[in-house]
Amino acid sequence: MIKLENVSKSFGDKVILDGISVQFERGKTNIIIGPSGSGKTVLLKSVVGLYDIDGGQIIYGDVVFSSLNIGEKREIRKQIGMLFQGGALFDSINVEENVMFPLDMFTEYSIEEKRDRVNFCLKRVKLENANSLFPSELSGGMKKRVAIARAISLNPKYLFCDEPNSGLDPKTSIVIDNLIKEITEEFDITTVVNTHDMNSVMEIGDKVIFIHHGEKAWEGTKDDILHTNHDDLNDFIFASPMSQRLRKFLGR
Amino acid sequence: MGILYHIGRYFLFLRKVFSKPEKHIMYYKQAIREIENLGINSIGIVAIISLFMGAVITIQTAYNTTSPFLPPYLIGLAARDSILLEFSSTMVALILAGKVGSSISSEIGMMRVTEQIDALEIMGINSASYLVLPKIIAAMLFNPLLTLISMGIGISGGWVVGEFTGIITTEQYLEGIRYAFVPYYITYSLIKTVVFAFVITSISAYNGYYVEGGAIEVGKSSTKAVVFSSVAILMFNLILTQLLLT
Repeated sequence: MIKLENVSKSFGDKVILDGISVQFERGKTNIIIGPSGSGKTVLLKSVVGLYDIDGGQIIYGDVVFSSLNIGEKREIRKQIGMLFQGGALFDSINVEENVMFPLDMFTEYSIEEKRDRVNFCLKRVKLENANSLFPSELSGGMKKRVAIARAISLNPKYLFCDEPNSGLDPKTSIVIDNLIKEITEEFDITTVVNTHDMNSVMEIGDKVIFIHHGEKAWEGTKDDILHTNHDDLNDFIFASPMSQRLRKFLGR
Repeated sequence: MGILYHIGRYFLFLRKVFSKPEKHIMYYKQAIREIENLGINSIGIVAIISLFMGAVITIQTAYNTTSPFLPPYLIGLAARDSILLEFSSTMVALILAGKVGSSISSEIGMMRVTEQIDALEIMGINSASYLVLPKIIAAMLFNPLLTLISMGIGISGGWVVGEFTGIITTEQYLEGIRYAFVPYYITYSLIKTVVFAFVITSISAYNGYYVEGGAIEVGKSSTKAVVFSSVAILMFNLILTQLLLT
């Protein structure tokens, strides 16, 4: 479980996050939604410590992560897997070496044990026989799957996904969404997904947090979204012309 | 943001770079790779430049020593001392600042904008140390060898051009390069090379590491890396010459 208490962050005079308090549940897919520029990515990067917050607290389990020094934060980060928007695979090494990288760095496994683990992770994301390919030879969806395999190679307690479906077609998006959901439940980890894809929200969201103008504007389940009267959230959900017609039909 | 800001951030960056490695064997493997990338792959360009540099120095020295009171072997002596004292260390360092410096800066810069550095940090790895320390070590270990190669090829280039153009005979040239030889010049040159290697790799890495934006900013950081490294090389050249030769 991860708890945020009054988290705020500014860049210069511009307030990006304004007193956000929220709890990300273990074994669940916690989804952060919001329009572009609302502060979702800054929130996610603050939670993993890539940005230092200006105020409030970020608590992992019972450890106040935001008060730790950089060395102590690195210890917590070894329990974190993260899927970046573009995959962030190391392009000078192949798929196998990418997935093996955290194992090389932090375990004393033999090469056979590491290979077994890599093959298990790649099989888990349905990417067998791709070991020797380089990132430049992979499609967008394959890159995301390799990034997920790398993220789970060390059995993380926490999984963060920044826009996992950006640049993917709807079918591949569903594959990635389902993978995230399955992995979350299978390994009982705390997953936080940052997206503005409503299909993902309705597909895999256990808990949904709506960020608007740097504040937490709404929190609930995916079922609650269907019945909410929150204007900003409804504006966000029913933004496209097609959904606007649906909104009219629903009378919201 | 002034120069003091960058100097301060550069030293904080170096502190990050020189902090304790997570796993020594990974750094060792990375350093071996960097020796190939930054060192072995530079032998060709260093050899070509040194050959022509030695040849030009010899021709220019011959052109300026037309007095019959000056013995011809002085051409070899002047070529040797110019190559040992200055050209093989400083000139080669400036060339490497262009080749290696821009490569380091753009590689690390691209890793920054494609979030690969963030990915390393999220894994709990000190990205500055993992990416930069092996490069610094590789360059500081291998560049002295490049300097020695440059010295050998530069002096050979002088001999080749002297022999083929007839401005100096092989015997006179050999006498010149043996005459009043001071072995300390080589030590002095190697000390400079090690310092220049550190300057090139650390300044270039610094410029790449703090890139913000996209491809254009990566290109700009690469240019800055070359400019700042070159200026720093010239400054340290002056300081080290004053310290080591007077």
